[in-house]
Amino acid sequence: MAPHDIRRPFKRAAISDQQKRRELSLLRQAQNRRDAQQQARCLASSILSLQSAAPESQPEQSDTEIETVPESEQESEAFSKDLDVRQASKLRGPEVRKWFARQLMLPEWMIDVPDRLAQDWYVFARPAGKRCFVVSSNGTTVSRQRNGSILHHFPSALPAGAKIRDGSGSAQSYCILDCIFHELDQTYYVIDMVCWNGYSLYDCTAEFRFYWLNSKLEESGACNAPSHYHKFRFSAVPVYNCDSSGLYSAYTGVVPYAKDGLLFYNKHALYQTGNTPLALVWKDENCSQYVIDTDGKGEIPSQQQVVLELQDDRKLVTSDDPPVLFGCLDGDIIEKMGSLRRLI
Amino acid sequence: MAMEVTQVLLNAQSIDGAVRKNAEDSLKQFQEQNLPVFLVSLSGELANEEKPVETRKLAGLVLKNALDAKEQHRKFELVQRWLSLDGNAKSQIKACLLKTLTSPVSDARSTASQVIAKVAGIELPHKQWPELIVSLLSNVHQLPAQAKQATLETLGYLCEEVSPDVIDQDQVNKILTAVVQGMSSSEGNTDVRLAATRALYNALGFAQANFSNDMERDYIMRVVCEATLSPEVRIRQAAFECLVSISSTYYEKLAPYIQDIFNITAKAVREDEEPVALQAIEFWSSICDEEIDILEEYGGDFTGDSDIPCFYFIKQALPALVPMLLETLLKQEEDQDQDEGAWNIAMAGGTCLGLVARTVGDDIVPLVVPFIEENISKQDWRQREAATYAFGSILEGPSPEKLIPLVNVALTFMLSALTKDPNSHVKDTTAWTLGRIFEFLHGSVVDSPIISQANCQQIITVLLQSMKDTPNVAEKACGALYFLAQGYEEMGPSSPLTPFFQEIVQSLLTVTHREDAGESRLRTAAYETLNEVVRCSTDETAPLVLQLVPVIMMELHNTLEGQKLSSDEREKQSELQGLLCGCLQVIIQKLGASEPTKYVFMQYADQIMGLFLRVFACRSATVHEEAMLAIGALAYATGADFAKYMPEFYRYLEMGLQNFEEYQVCAVTVGVVGDISRALEEKIVPYCDGIMTQLLKNLSSNQLHRSVKPPIFSCFGDIALAVGEYFEKYLMWAMSALQSAAELSTHIAGDDELVEYTNSLRNGILEAYSGIFQGFKNSPKTQLLIPYAPHILQFLDGIYMEKDMDDVVMKTAIGVLGDLADTLGSHAGSMIQQSVSSKDFLNECLSSEDLMIKESAEWAKLAISRAISV
Repeated sequence: MAPHDIRRPFKRAAISDQQKRRELSLLRQAQNRRDAQQQARCLASSILSLQSAAPESQPEQSDTEIETVPESEQESEAFSKDLDVRQASKLRGPEVRKWFARQLMLPEWMIDVPDRLAQDWYVFARPAGKRCFVVSSNGTTVSRQRNGSILHHFPSALPAGAKIRDGSGSAQSYCILDCIFHELDQTYYVIDMVCWNGYSLYDCTAEFRFYWLNSKLEESGACNAPSHYHKFRFSAVPVYNCDSSGLYSAYTGVVPYAKDGLLFYNKHALYQTGNTPLALVWKDENCSQYVIDTDGKGEIPSQQQVVLELQDDRKLVTSDDPPVLFGCLDGDIIEKMGSLRRLI
Repeated sequence: MAMEVTQVLLNAQSIDGAVRKNAEDSLKQFQEQNLPVFLVSLSGELANEEKPVETRKLAGLVLKNALDAKEQHRKFELVQRWLSLDGNAKSQIKACLLKTLTSPVSDARSTASQVIAKVAGIELPHKQWPELIVSLLSNVHQLPAQAKQATLETLGYLCEEVSPDVIDQDQVNKILTAVVQGMSSSEGNTDVRLAATRALYNALGFAQANFSNDMERDYIMRVVCEATLSPEVRIRQAAFECLVSISSTYYEKLAPYIQDIFNITAKAVREDEEPVALQAIEFWSSICDEEIDILEEYGGDFTGDSDIPCFYFIKQALPALVPMLLETLLKQEEDQDQDEGAWNIAMAGGTCLGLVARTVGDDIVPLVVPFIEENISKQDWRQREAATYAFGSILEGPSPEKLIPLVNVALTFMLSALTKDPNSHVKDTTAWTLGRIFEFLHGSVVDSPIISQANCQQIITVLLQSMKDTPNVAEKACGALYFLAQGYEEMGPSSPLTPFFQEIVQSLLTVTHREDAGESRLRTAAYETLNEVVRCSTDETAPLVLQLVPVIMMELHNTLEGQKLSSDEREKQSELQGLLCGCLQVIIQKLGASEPTKYVFMQYADQIMGLFLRVFACRSATVHEEAMLAIGALAYATGADFAKYMPEFYRYLEMGLQNFEEYQVCAVTVGVVGDISRALEEKIVPYCDGIMTQLLKNLSSNQLHRSVKPPIFSCFGDIALAVGEYFEKYLMWAMSALQSAAELSTHIAGDDELVEYTNSLRNGILEAYSGIFQGFKNSPKTQLLIPYAPHILQFLDGIYMEKDMDDVVMKTAIGVLGDLADTLGSHAGSMIQQSVSSKDFLNECLSSEDLMIKESAEWAKLAISRAISV
């Protein structure tokens, strides 16, 4: 039995950097796992909140209210009653609106040409209309605008979008689509797919999302003409690679909708809420009726149109990031605008 | 029935390799053909006084190796093999072994002692060989000294080999009596007394009952203390070893003896030979360990029922202890800093001083400051070094308020000493002390910063200058820079290091290229510091970090150029590749954390992955852990695009999962599978068969280190979440593995370590369930999960009722309840309502102060309310 070694670490850091790297990796992995779980749960929660809030939709939307068979209406009401009081109170209209207002991916202005534009980017002509999130779940479909307010509440052929007993999809299935509602032909043009049939595409690249959008949307029957269980038509938009022929097609090509500029999406970008440099918008007078900037000669037109948002504190701001404050409206005007207090 | 083995054993020690190989082969063959005869023959050889001593020794060694092995699973096999061996053969072997204890040949006796302990280690837990201890002790008094010494040695090995609960108290008493008598000063034979003292060291763990009895304990302590005064140095050393062991095993019983022990140890530290003095210092280091643990655990706040109170031995001994330790600091050896294995009284004394500072905090400062002031400017380098070392040692423990005024005075002095002191040893300690200053007194934890804009520049200049000094000094300077950078972590968007970033990085890279960078682990320290500088960098310097990418890539590329390397060169290559992969991992993680830098970084992804694959290809059977870790970070940054690397990478992934021996590598690879699952999502499907098969194999293996199993379960969850209903293929297997692990982990009985392990196992199991439920959500195959729900709810109820889960498990568990409700909906409504978890457990979590638990509980509540309402 030899004497026992009693050497202790001398002038050394207690933790080796390698051990630190291992631990940091584990921390990162645990965090990523939590995020993935959290996201899966949040999506479901938002759908639940949506359902609880749906029956409280505002009166002005009554013309486009639910057109479902009576029994399913009862079911939907029964369901909302069963949600506990605290949750329901928490998820009343404004809360839901606030939540949705933060969920859209918003492009930045294109002020220079990104590297590898031809290889890494898509381009498509943006339909003019109301940007909105369309959510189908539990037998109904709701579209919400950028400020969170409900545009339509209707049955659709999207998975879980109407109460039809064809057994397809489970009761907990849902879709979230990023759309522009085009008034003229009453069509939802789908510009991005965020969730499909309960499957989250937040973490998928634009390349994959567009591929999925094109194959799934058609398959679901949502592109068919309106019918009793399918109030509005959906349509995909033609998306091109950003090479010269693609740019030409997007810029000059004939589409069934009024154009409002060109949208550029980075193929590798995930769906990111809020403003992102990986989605860009270009407008000029040839491809948009809402252009503001210098004209082709570099002169600034004497009159320009601008879309401003009226915030709760009566401030008028642009939707740039950060927003530019234009001014503040006084109470009178707001009174007069009444229920029209949306966008000017 | 024994056979002649002498010649073959002699041949097995031949200098001729061919003869040796031949002999080893025939031994192996013999063992395979007839194990009982083989073992009996070996024991006969060992016992035979006519045989040469070298074959007797080797026979004993081969016999010992037939009973025990290092690897857990091999050991288990050998134990089973011995237990099922023919009873006659076993009796013969044991008889030979016991007989050998009385041999005049000391090597034979000593070998027999060890083999007997191995046999006892197998048989006593199975209640076999009950007469062993009695027969060893029956006539110990009448034995000749040699046999007595061998018997005591056997008892020592035996106590090392078996656990205390398999020997009943009556026999323990007999062992202790024999051992303590052998130790006492009345024992005239030095060898007997030494063997007894060393045996006591191992037997202390058996003496719980005896240490609770005042008389018996007094007696044992008296004998141990007497032995520390023996004229024989080995006995004094062994006796101090016993005191060290007692200090941790019986801390709470020491109060009556502590004053005497202080006197004994102080005398030994000042006067005795170094091996004894080192043990004497270790006694106080060990007491510090105990008190630091106690104070940390209870925060100095003792209630009647806390396990062990703090007796504040260190605080009481402080006025005498500190001067004693300061004296040792002046006994440095020349060049101890260049010698990796050095351990001397000055090093032990300084280390103990550091522990004392951590134990008592502020109280140590006034006792050390006069020593520093007196010696720091002396002519003799030993005095300057001792003063600096004393200062460095007390920087952890006392409050910043107490230390910062001292540091503010000392900093300029230290910076000047680091460049100007003529003695390298002093510079080494000065650089180390600066590192300690930055580690403990710099950064967001300290209110009044010791580093200002004014001296920051000076500090960096001095440290970078010092990195050109001898390797040991340069290594400490790197360490100081490491902690300097660390202190600026999360200090906001702008770091005071920004203006120097380029210069620092350049200097560190220069250090890695020094010809002597292999000494004093200088190269490693330089890369570690570079890593920390990168980790703590801000957006301002992101472009510079980006510039570093091709530089490190080129370095890694260069390591791949060498061909036909010797095994020594190969090891060096592998080490350097490890450092470079580690550095790339840190850079990837840093740049991948923000979108703009990630986007630019991704241009290098293909090339980096190519380099990692080539690093893997440098080895044939194992994968490089650091490269694997780096790939995990790359997969996270790359996302779904990582799919393009999978065809080439997959075989290394599989290889990593199969690496049971280096379980760290296996664990790291399991983590990377998780990274890849999240990155690839459904694109991982083509590789799932292989991965899942290997993971399930790993779970059922008893060769794999247990710490890898919880992460494997979590990994199931990652995969299920990624592939959704495609997981159906593996569902039955995964669920059955989870179920049996769940049953094992519901009840814990054991020490803290086991409780901790069980909680990590539970967490892994629960994460797997979460991933599976979420993965199957909204799929038409949801109903496949229904049959498993009752067991899962039972598991949740079970761990809730055990009341010993930690916060992490609590959070994951309540989340699983929500996931189950969310995915199964009304199918599980009534089941959920019947479970305890959905009521008491949920309510407890809802009112938890831990936000993460609360959040998960809110989620569970929402999901449950829906499931039971539909």
